[in-house]
Amino acid sequence: MKIKIRYFASFRELIGQGEELLTVADATRVVDIRALLVERNPRLQPIMERSVNALNHRYVPAETVLHENDELVFIPPTGGGQ
Amino acid sequence: MEPIIQLTREPLDRDALVAAVSHPSVGGIVVFEGVVRDNARGKNVRYLEYDVYEEMARQQIATIIEEARQRWSLEHVAVAHRFGRLEIGEASVIIVVATPHRAEAFEACRYLIDTLKSTVPIWKKEVATNGEEWVEG
Repeated sequence: MKIKIRYFASFRELIGQGEELLTVADATRVVDIRALLVERNPRLQPIMERSVNALNHRYVPAETVLHENDELVFIPPTGGGQ
Repeated sequence: MEPIIQLTREPLDRDALVAAVSHPSVGGIVVFEGVVRDNARGKNVRYLEYDVYEEMARQQIATIIEEARQRWSLEHVAVAHRFGRLEIGEASVIIVVATPHRAEAFEACRYLIDTLKSTVPIWKKEVATNGEEWVEG
């Protein structure tokens, strides 16, 4: 099945693109994609460790199972200012 | 009334936002305006770059406004955030809260900006004289 990953902020700069389509096996989980991306590009590891997951515009745990046409985004820490 | 949620590359219009929440039943309006500062943690900031996950940010802002509505009696709310490149002194975020009485307006406005900063997917990059970095937390 196909899923879409979109990249923002530091992810976009490290990866050099705003989104990509990935073909993955059924029952793939968010945590599997996190591992795959870090394996493909080890420079992502520090920011990935500090990021949470959004699936179809909602925060989800890393164990969440993906489905066809899902949109997955890794959300680095937001905020700034006091 | 439906809340006003703006995510835009254009300069924010404070007066228009205040006018939009004004209503005869309103007794207090609190405005929070976040502006770009020329220094951060000892660095000289040249300008800021904001990135936003727009679809999710809209949904998330609507969610925190709804949470605020359950805690305070809000007549009307406007939340506007700018993205792209912002110069020193420009407004990055404006939150306007209109309520029957002032105490609730202050509390709800404080809640909205603090929660927005921690849960809405908007990121800030500081471009300083000695380099640039995405700001976390």
